[in-house]
Formats: sequence, structure tokens, C-alpha cells
Amino acid sequence: MRNLLQGFKNIIKRILQAIKRRMKKIGIGWAFIIPALFFITLFVIIPIFYSMFLVTQSCRGIVCESNFTGNIDKLMGDVQFRQVFKNTFIFFIVQVPIMLTLALIFAVILNNPKLRFRGVFRTAIFLPAVTSLVAYSVLFKMMLAPEGIMNTAISFIGISPIGWLTDPFWQRVTIIIALLWRWTGYNMIFYLSGLQNIDKEMFEAAEMDGANKRQTFFKITIPQLKPIILFTAVMSTIGTLQLFDEPFNIIRGSGTTASTMTLSQYIYNLSFVYIPNFGYAAVISYVIMIIAALLTIIQFRIMREEK
Amino acid sequence: MRKPNKIVKIIKLSFTYMFLSIVSFICVFPFYWMLAGGTSTSNEVSSGNISIGSNLVENYRILVEQSDYLRAFGNSAFVAILTTILALFISSLAAYGFEIFKSKRKSKVYGVLLLTMMVPFAALMIPLYKVVIYLELSNKLISVVLPAVATVFLIFFFKQSFIKFPREIIQSARIDGANEFRIFRSIVFPAMKPTYAAAAILTFTASWNNFLWPLITLSSNELQTLPLKISILSSSYTPHYGVILLSIVIATLPSIIVFFSLQKYFVAGLTGAVK
Repeated sequence: MRNLLQGFKNIIKRILQAIKRRMKKIGIGWAFIIPALFFITLFVIIPIFYSMFLVTQSCRGIVCESNFTGNIDKLMGDVQFRQVFKNTFIFFIVQVPIMLTLALIFAVILNNPKLRFRGVFRTAIFLPAVTSLVAYSVLFKMMLAPEGIMNTAISFIGISPIGWLTDPFWQRVTIIIALLWRWTGYNMIFYLSGLQNIDKEMFEAAEMDGANKRQTFFKITIPQLKPIILFTAVMSTIGTLQLFDEPFNIIRGSGTTASTMTLSQYIYNLSFVYIPNFGYAAVISYVIMIIAALLTIIQFRIMREEK
Repeated sequence: MRKPNKIVKIIKLSFTYMFLSIVSFICVFPFYWMLAGGTSTSNEVSSGNISIGSNLVENYRILVEQSDYLRAFGNSAFVAILTTILALFISSLAAYGFEIFKSKRKSKVYGVLLLTMMVPFAALMIPLYKVVIYLELSNKLISVVLPAVATVFLIFFFKQSFIKFPREIIQSARIDGANEFRIFRSIVFPAMKPTYAAAAILTFTASWNNFLWPLITLSSNELQTLPLKISILSSSYTPHYGVILLSIVIATLPSIIVFFSLQKYFVAGLTGAVK
């Protein structure tokens, strides 16, 4: 027994020595990195490789079979996929430009040092960004309910109640309004910080040359802010493609979800609501990844060409 | 040059203030409405009443007794605090390793990590779920913590700030015979506290507000975090408006407190020390 213990001790000692020797050889720097690398490998790298295998599978529950071409055929003829793709694209194409334009306008107005109460306005407009996505979704759901405060308010100016949560068209409007409320101030902060970094002398020089406000805006402000506009555009694009919390929580329990269901919701439904088909869900995941990459490349191109 | 008329200027200015006031009102009103509703009865909320009510205590009693809200609050706090501590520790260590002990091979590894940042979470969640099931972590609170403890974004964030750290200090500590981990703990860490504070805010709020991943991996009622609890409360067939709004108020309070107490750092940090 004692010999056995002694043996174990010796083995552990040797292993530790080997590790120490090896550490010296490859450098102590790796010791700092290895814990993070371990977790990232486990929870990011392995899933990425695993998804490459998943897309070749067609599943019913836990029973899977290899059928990659079947998955692609299914994607091509999938009516519901076409619908959720269209929904996600509408949210992206309507909401992102409105939001970024508004954010830029607010930032330019608030950047005027002569303006009073700037801090108050800035805080007020940014405040929605501190709410959690679920919390503000539920809040909007209640404000826009059939007998909610919004319908009460518009009845005062003689508009009849609107089916914010039930009518397919207005459901989309609701999601877009909610997204604008939550994210405009957030993006405004990035533009404000960008504006602070523009050299004041440029504006002064423009004023001396007799440029009006509009010319200054398009000839100085926009070009100078270009990197930040690109950054916010890419972030918003990836965010919108992954939209889940808002449509899930706002429209939940209000009848039809066909006009607001997003790609992420479809993946969730394919995996956990319908008969689970992880293989096909992974195919839809790849669609999101490819679109995100394409849109990012396009945005980079547009920005470069305008230079 | 043409001098603008003074009256025109005043009219323009008042339009600006009016515009900003309306926008601010739209942004702030839902917060007020949530407070008013959280202190009112269900009937008062649905009848369009927008004054602060007197039903706060009763709403709180119902919320705590009927929905196990405090347990959800505890779960969220546990997850968010543990995630923040582990994430700051592991990610800052890695960033330090990448920045201070630069080598060709490390730069390559870092490049690969940056590439993975481009993969949206929606594309990862299904294979990630499979991994979590394989490790027998599903339906445990730790399954929400572990995937968030080493994020490429945080490593990037810390690495950017380590770039500015003066190397001479590290070098002289080495000459004095301190070992590398000691240098990190007693010299680098104390000097980087503002960076750690900013990273802590980002990580804590992201974890506190996370919805989709806990929705996938936590299936037991007693493991629900706050966002899951609120989502379920709001979708019940007989929603109790006052109670739901109070649950939102309580869930939002930590973020608002953090924001207002650190607003100075936050805005100054983002806008680059504005006078």
C-alpha cells in the first residue's frame, strides 16, 4: 500500500517536472493564455467544426441520417424559410437606416456646445439602452395591447384603435418602433464620441470660407465619421440578423407570428418547438452566417468606394 | 457674409428645443409608465391610469409569493456575478499573455480567435447546445456561466488597453526577481482598474440580460433567470399587469443604478475626456 502511494507520488512529481520543463521551453506566456484557449476551444471552436458535420444530417428527434443534398433541396423548397427570410430582411432594410440617420441627427444637434441642457437630453435619449431586451419587449407589449395606453392616447386625437400586436402589418411596425426606441440612443453615443474627435479647426475653416450648415454636414461631418458609421452599420446588421428576443416576447400569445418570425426564431422552432431537426437548423444557421459576412463585405466596399 | 435675422434664429432654436423635448419624452415616458403601472392594480393599468398608484406592496407580495421571483433574482445574480469574476480573470490573463509575451505563433492564434468573433451567436447555438449536452451540463446554472467566461471580445478589449502599459515597469520588476504571475497580480492589475471596471459593467449587464441561451439550456422552473421569469409572467393567460410591470422595474433597477453611478466614467470614457 505504502509502495503504491510512493509510486503515485513519484509519478506526479515526474509529470510536474515534465510540465515545468516544457513550460520553460514554450514560454510562460502560454500559461496565461491556456485557460482562455481551453474554454474558447470547447465552446466556440468545437461547435464551429461540429456544425460542419451537423449540416450534413437530417434528423427526427435524436434519430439522424446523413443527407446533405436532402437538406439543400429542403432549403430551396422551404416556404416558411422564405417567409422568415423576408421578415428579417424587412426589419433590416427599414429599421437600420432610419435608426442610424436619427442617431446621427441627434448626435449633431447635441454636439452644439451652446445648447443648454445637453447632458439632460443626452441621458434621456440614451436611457432606453440600459433596459434588458426582454424587459422592454414586455413593456412595449403592454403599452401596445388592444386596451393599452397607446390606443387610449391615439383615441384622443380621433384615431380608432390599432391592432399593434395582432394585425400582420402593424406587428412589423410595432417591432420596428420598439427597436428604434431601444437602439437609437445607443448608436447616438458612438456618433457623439466620434464628433468630439473631429478637429474643431476644420469647422472654423469651413465657416470662414462661407460654407453653410448643410455643406459642413455633408462635406466634413459625414466623411470624418465614416469609420464609426461603418462600425455601427456592421454591428446593427449582425444584430438585426440575429433578432430574437423582441419578436419572441412582443408578439408571443397574440395569434399569428408569421409576419414577424425571424431567422433566429425559425432556428429555435426547428430545434425545440417542432419535431427537433438539429441538422436542418444548422443549415439555417449557415444562412445567417453567410448573409452576415456578405453584408459586412458590401458595407466595407461602399465605404471604400466613397473615399 | 449674410447675417441671419435674430428672430429667425430664435425661432429655429425653439424648434430645436421642442424637437429634443419630444424625443426625450418618448424615450423616458415608458420608464415612468412602468413605475406608475408597477404601483397600480391591474384594472388601473388597463383603464389608462398614468399616475403613481398605491398598490406597490400588494403587487410585490403577489410577485414573490406566486411566481418564485426571488429565486429567479438569486439565479440571475449568481450567474451574472460568477460570470463577471471568471470572465475578467480568464480573459485579462489571456490578453496579457498575447500582448506582453508576443510571438509569431501567438499572433497567429490571436488572428484565428478574432475571426471567430465574426460568427454570430445564432449560428452557434445549436452545436453549442449539443456540446453542453455532451458534457452533461445542460439544465444547470453553470451551463450559462461557462460559455461566457472566455470571450474573444473581452480579450480584444483588454489587449487594447495593455498596449499602453509601460514595459519598463514590468522589466524592472523582473530584475527584482518577481515571478510573472506576481507581476501581473500586484503591478499590472492595480494599474488597470478603470479598464476592469468598464469590462465588468459590459459583462455583468450582458449576462444579467441574456435571454436566448438560458431559454435553450435551462428547462427547470427553479433554475429560471429573471428574463425567463418575466417572459413567462407576461405570456400567462390572465396577466396581472401591475405585477408584471413591477417585475420589470425590479429587473431593470440594477442596470439603471450601475449606469447612473458610473455615468461620468462611461461618457468620459466613450467621448474621450471632454471638458
